[in-house]
Amino acid sequence: MKNAAAAEPKITPELVAQHGLKPDEYERFIGLLGREPTFTELGICSAMWNEHCSYKSSKKWLKQLPTTGKRVIQGPGENAGVIDIDDGQAIVFKMESHNHPSFIEPYQGSATGVGGILRDVFTMGARPIAALNALRFGEPSHPKTRHLVSGVVAGVGGYGNSFGVPTLGGEVNFHKRYNGNILVNAMAVGLADADKIFYSKAKGVGLPVVYLGAKTGRDGIHGATMASAEFDDKADEKRPTVQVGDPFTEKCLLEACLELMATGAVIAIQDMGAAGLTSSAVEMGAKGDLGIELNLDDVPCREEGMTAYEMMLSESQERMLMILRPEMEVASHAIFKKWGLDFAIIGKTTDTLRFVIKHQGVVKADLPIKQMGDEAPEYDRPWVEPKRPAPLGDVAAPSDLKAAILKLVGSPDMCSRRWVWEQYDTLIQSNSAQVPGGDAGVVRISGTKAIAVSSDVTPRYVEADAYEGGKQAVAESWRNLTAVGATPIAITDNLNFGNPERPEIMGQFVFALKGMGEACRALDYPIVSGNVSLYNETNGQAILPTPTVGGVGLMSDWRKMATVKFKAQGDAILLVGTKGSHLGQSAYLRDVEGREEGPPPFVDLALEKKNGDFVRGLITDGQVTAVHDISDGGLAGAVVDMALAGSLGAELVVGDFRELFGEDQARYVLTCAPLEVVKIITQAHVKGVDIVRVGTVSGLDEVNFGGTVVGLPELSAAFEGWFPEFMTG
Amino acid sequence: INREHDMARALHAATGIKPHIVWHTDTSLPDVDLVVVPGGFSYGDYLRCGAIAARSPIMSDVRAKALKGLKVIGVCNGFQIITEAGLLPGVLMRNAQLRFVCKEVKLKVENNTTFFTNRIAKGAVVNCPVAHGEGNYICDAETLKRLEGEGRVVFRYAEGTNPNGAMNDIAGIVNEAGNVIGMMPHPENMVEALHGRTDCKPLFESLLAA
Repeated sequence: MKNAAAAEPKITPELVAQHGLKPDEYERFIGLLGREPTFTELGICSAMWNEHCSYKSSKKWLKQLPTTGKRVIQGPGENAGVIDIDDGQAIVFKMESHNHPSFIEPYQGSATGVGGILRDVFTMGARPIAALNALRFGEPSHPKTRHLVSGVVAGVGGYGNSFGVPTLGGEVNFHKRYNGNILVNAMAVGLADADKIFYSKAKGVGLPVVYLGAKTGRDGIHGATMASAEFDDKADEKRPTVQVGDPFTEKCLLEACLELMATGAVIAIQDMGAAGLTSSAVEMGAKGDLGIELNLDDVPCREEGMTAYEMMLSESQERMLMILRPEMEVASHAIFKKWGLDFAIIGKTTDTLRFVIKHQGVVKADLPIKQMGDEAPEYDRPWVEPKRPAPLGDVAAPSDLKAAILKLVGSPDMCSRRWVWEQYDTLIQSNSAQVPGGDAGVVRISGTKAIAVSSDVTPRYVEADAYEGGKQAVAESWRNLTAVGATPIAITDNLNFGNPERPEIMGQFVFALKGMGEACRALDYPIVSGNVSLYNETNGQAILPTPTVGGVGLMSDWRKMATVKFKAQGDAILLVGTKGSHLGQSAYLRDVEGREEGPPPFVDLALEKKNGDFVRGLITDGQVTAVHDISDGGLAGAVVDMALAGSLGAELVVGDFRELFGEDQARYVLTCAPLEVVKIITQAHVKGVDIVRVGTVSGLDEVNFGGTVVGLPELSAAFEGWFPEFMTG
Repeated sequence: INREHDMARALHAATGIKPHIVWHTDTSLPDVDLVVVPGGFSYGDYLRCGAIAARSPIMSDVRAKALKGLKVIGVCNGFQIITEAGLLPGVLMRNAQLRFVCKEVKLKVENNTTFFTNRIAKGAVVNCPVAHGEGNYICDAETLKRLEGEGRVVFRYAEGTNPNGAMNDIAGIVNEAGNVIGMMPHPENMVEALHGRTDCKPLFESLLAA
């Protein structure tokens, strides 16, 4: 297909199948057209009706999630969600997956994942102020894992650092179920004026459709279709479908777009992400109940002889589509010229509700725009209720508690991620109040106002019990923001699952969403944006169900923010919540006993709210000196984090090992000056919150776990050692 | 370039003077006492870092005025740019570990007679963040001997915190005339309570005395 003049291929059932369209979907397409499609039309249909763009399997269930609230300005359905943070300011944020491309080409795949999500945020008129990423890799011993970790981390950093946004949080986990299908979920958070948000809905007939940004090449053709299929052993052959990122152009595009938006020239704007020009044009037209007519002769191309099919399906990066006020054309063009970017009028809005593509004087496509866009097919796929695991039988106490603690602290999932986040610029923009290593990232907005951001999910919980696991992902996000002193406001989600055509996978999806929805309602924590990534399978093996939750919270005074590190010798260590007892699906059971068994911990949402509100109150009143939530690794894991961060030891008074390693929910560790202890405990009792003193910050270079002493240097060596050693090989 | 606002904010806070931000295609500088070439990624740094920016139109004037004695500070990418422009000797290679690194390091102030260090005691060690992929300072033996002999190493990574493999732990240097300073670390990211420490505030205060 190098020559535009060449005859287009004949439409055969094989060609239709290659485009990922099922026979019944193709029938439906022909029915809409009343004739056989052209090759370009088939490509457009394939791009719009694939799972990635159409949400055809997930829509029914997504509609049941809570998406409104008093601070929600814009919920799902736009480029990103928008929330009100007072003073006329708004936060624009979203998380999106780039799983398939990152597995095939880790550097560019992850880099363009970051680029894509940044664009989603600044398309709405917001300047990106923080980035996060949730990464999941196969087991460390898998031959591809090291290469993928190295490439993905470099790619995430390479794009974000160059673009100039601080990376303030994220997750890195390993599990064999990601061996053939890693997850790269990138989140971006931007700041805008609440009354200057830009949307993608086109308005007005006969207005110019403008192409902005970088030129179109042949990269990324069919990226979205690839992302909607399972992998097999030939995944590497799909490398040409991976896009190539250029963060410098993106930075220029950001500045040019914000400058243009400030002039009032923009009526509607949409970034070209998945399915490029096709998807952006169709979405803008379909949302605005308008037709769009494009003349591809005017599209800036970086390669010669590109066909209509290639231009419509290219996923070249750093591009935008905009509906412009015609009288502002000259001024707008000048702005883009100054930033060294393309600016081309490539079409116009019409009142026909048709999506018409012309190239070299020939109509290459003429499609009904609504049916391509917001009226794409929707399925109610069959699902079965996931089986719940049998209760966990007796677990024997470890024969060597010290060895168990060191093993846990130095395990791939529990050890320090310093090797990763030191490759990310966490400081640029000069507003970072808390960088990775704590419960949440904190970034100043202005004056003393700040927001906290976090990314969370515990996939092994979701695998064992999708409903409880879904609840837990939301609860942990809420807890992490609370632990730094922020009030959680809203979340974005990135739902990564296997093949939805399998009823047991669809069942996981349905139940995880049910759990998430319930937690969001109980915690007043609506979902304002998100992304669904299905077909995360290789050779029939699905990933662990991974509904990543990206949370944003608000803090009126960052000077009162809590951190995890122990501050002073003699401070009391308090446990908020019940004593640890639940070992099912715990990190201890997995890393020390080598078992992934039992049900995950139950999440009592009312208790979660009560305990969290209490802890946040203590932080804002300045009564505590350090706070950490209890999650993976239980009390032991939390205390080790706090001791190592502060280079101060501790003495713990604990009963049996379950108290140390149990992953019961709704719990926090905090420290306070000795004089505050009685006051805090009394307040807790008044509010009906469980609280107990479990130890003291000591001046010694060791942590005493109820009689078992482990030196800080040993803990530090285990905690800091694993990642660099693994990466060195 | 993308750290210009961090730098502008730090300069403004310390000096009370709002700096001019000039566009790369401008051809002449406004009438100023100091030029700061800030950090970032100029033109994406897809070629050798700083190489293209060193040849951008505005740099001709920066170079000409620096040679006449105008004070210039280059930080991070700015250090790379002024080195590429020939204002300072040596070159900044990829970090020895071949990875970008963002962390806090210890900086020893080796020379407190410069216009950027006169408010700090000689030999003092301050905390300062770094954030770069190419900060591994290298020069020929003769140049190194001169830099060390003439006290032109201004900042040195201390206490084993060299993050990039730079020769003699060199973090920042000054030219022979004393009016051009280049450094890899980012003092502008450690000047207020929000940053956890304010170790680098005295550097900016030095500018007022100079």
